[in-house]
Amino acid sequence: MTKVSLELGSGGRLMRDFIAGHIVPAFGDPLLRELGDAVHLPGGIAFTTDSYVVDPLFFPGGDIGRLAVNGTVNDLVVSGAEPRFLSLALILEEGLDAEVLYRVIRSVRDAAKAAGVRVVTGDTKVVRRGQGDKIFINTAGVGRSIARPRPAKIRRGDKIILTGTLGDHSLAVLLARGEFGLKSNVRSDCAPLLFLLPLWKNGALWMRDVTRGGLATVLFELAERLPYPVLIEEDSIPLSRPVVAASELLGIDPLYMACEGKAVVIAPAAKAGDFLKRLRAHPLGRKAAVIGEVQDKIGRPGELLLRTGVGGLRLLEPLTSELLPRIC
Amino acid sequence: MCLAVPAKITRIEGSGQATASYMGSEVRVNLTLVPQARRGDWVIIHAGFAISLMDAKEARETLRLFKELAGASRP
Amino acid sequence: MKELRDPTALRKLLADIGEQVRKIGRKPRLMEVCGTHTMALFKSGLTPLLAEAGVEMVSGPGCPVCITPNGIHEAAIAILTEAEGATLAAFGDMTRVPTRKGSLQTAVPACGSRLRIVYSPEEALEEARRDPARRVVFFGAGFETTIPAIAYTVKRAAAEGLENFSVLPALWLVPPALKAVLEAGEVAVDGFVYPGHVSAVIGVEPYEFVARDFGVPGAVAGFEPGDILLAVRSVLEQMLEGKPRVALEYSRAIGREGNPVARALMAEILEPYDACWRGLGTIPASGLRFRKAFEGFDAAPRFGIEEDMSDRDLAGCRCGDVLRGAIRPEGCPLFGKKCLPDSPLGPCMVSYEGSCLIHYKYGPERRARS
Repeated sequence: MTKVSLELGSGGRLMRDFIAGHIVPAFGDPLLRELGDAVHLPGGIAFTTDSYVVDPLFFPGGDIGRLAVNGTVNDLVVSGAEPRFLSLALILEEGLDAEVLYRVIRSVRDAAKAAGVRVVTGDTKVVRRGQGDKIFINTAGVGRSIARPRPAKIRRGDKIILTGTLGDHSLAVLLARGEFGLKSNVRSDCAPLLFLLPLWKNGALWMRDVTRGGLATVLFELAERLPYPVLIEEDSIPLSRPVVAASELLGIDPLYMACEGKAVVIAPAAKAGDFLKRLRAHPLGRKAAVIGEVQDKIGRPGELLLRTGVGGLRLLEPLTSELLPRIC
Repeated sequence: MCLAVPAKITRIEGSGQATASYMGSEVRVNLTLVPQARRGDWVIIHAGFAISLMDAKEARETLRLFKELAGASRP
Repeated sequence: MKELRDPTALRKLLADIGEQVRKIGRKPRLMEVCGTHTMALFKSGLTPLLAEAGVEMVSGPGCPVCITPNGIHEAAIAILTEAEGATLAAFGDMTRVPTRKGSLQTAVPACGSRLRIVYSPEEALEEARRDPARRVVFFGAGFETTIPAIAYTVKRAAAEGLENFSVLPALWLVPPALKAVLEAGEVAVDGFVYPGHVSAVIGVEPYEFVARDFGVPGAVAGFEPGDILLAVRSVLEQMLEGKPRVALEYSRAIGREGNPVARALMAEILEPYDACWRGLGTIPASGLRFRKAFEGFDAAPRFGIEEDMSDRDLAGCRCGDVLRGAIRPEGCPLFGKKCLPDSPLGPCMVSYEGSCLIHYKYGPERRARS
């Protein structure tokens, strides 16, 4: 790579190669090499960071402030930690309307309160007009380690649970740009996934929030490391009507659309029913469903397969590059 | 790429612009290529343009055929 | 129309098709020439189900992303990277095709310029209206389904005096390509599944030469799994009857005469020329370019770009041969080794409708055993 392109930030191969080829070797750190959503540090602390550059700043169901809190909170939750503290670093563009800034800060405050985290440190920088785009936010999160994901313990018959509908965030942001001549009542699903925490104590094996790259990318990254193929059933995947409509109209595949308040949870076979009951008891988990399982009757180890509604089979690959930038 | 979907016209705005409804979502559609389309008609929309007017009778016929096929294997 | 996806109905149609194949006594090979059909077959998992029933589906040159030669993709990249303060608007898949200058996605735009993914050419026209100081270029690629919409934008731009708007055209016609594939005789095809939405514009008559002069049956198909199976069943029926024709199996959406208003608009703005297709070379009257009155809206001369129509494929890429059906993707030495979905060396591995991408996910050696 001679010049940084937008594709580097897309979550696709270019980014993966960059991290594997330049970031990891630069530091040679065994903790970094794990490349989890959050890292468990010695002393029972978990740590994570994320930056938010979403465009536009405000969209139905959320805004950059709310995203900045929940995105980081969720990285901790799905890594087995109880979120506690956040840092808040703001990079502001000269000329930004002060009312917009205050609105974002209120949003951060409200989201932090709802997620039970304290914003305890931060920073503010301003760059010249034209050298930033309104607001960029970075949040680092610290939490208390309560469990470790155990992908090595995943067995045949273990179930894959998706906590709700796919793609709502992606579509809400897209349509808020006023592009594509499409209007719907879709809202971003931006929300804290704290209600997943009890599942760790109850035997959850692995979790991941379904962000950039969508369900297919997240599950592919799991499937690659398992000794059994993963099979998901297309008809069991919860989708909201606006997302189905947009996907057929615009040709976008919901399996690759980002969410900001949904997760996949791997449940041991015997616990799946119980997990589902717990999830569905929570307002954010009403549409939770078992969407597939780890099995060895169909496909080969390392593969992620989709059984389509008409009974065909499809191999799923991770997202190669994000066509629609700055979704999160 | 021939990605196109059937949608129902809900509002005609004039100078070729209209709104159609697809699965509860509202989509803007340009009717210049199907000027005979009226509110309530179903059109095939491709890249923001209606390219064809649907035939309600043929659509019902197709649906009936498939309902029959779906029932075909049942004893 | 979920009835057209009903598994019981589809199984019944597949059983009918299996029965027809038994009567035919061998495995027919049908060609579809529409990337959206390739995609529909793949997404629903119909291709192996049809193979089990005894029908081999092959893809012809039906993906506008794939058949647009690299010289034109490179022209788009040149505009984005050299023209300042410009917007290059394009359909998504066009932006990932790899060329010797990278792709539109990896190219770094000139100062103040940007790449914009659009769903409709009208979005590009609207940007040009909203922002007269900004040069807006629409990379207009497509077949007859999309060409009328593109012609419309140029007609409006001319009428409104939108001098900042232009189109980089990559406009392709399906029937001449069908003729070229048949005349080349490289691939033995027993029947065609014709593109339903192209037919919405051109009607059914342009395909009649296939039945009349080549004796090959065909059916115009819609895009639901049920539509495709109905069309396959119709083609096999024609084989059994020995009466090749052009059957219309999408009558809810299109009429036999197509859309005369759309065709008139195309004829007003555009005229045919002998276009050069990736893989098929130059085919007489197979592309459309702007008529003299509208030449001013052609982005290439406006930005001083000379399209290099020599073979600009990346070294070793055999997309051209794949597009003709001369080799299967597996026959390309780069397939699955150096050329992969996230490091593609040619458009057939890029486009969701590209044969190579589809075979990679679905080819015999990767097909899931059940």
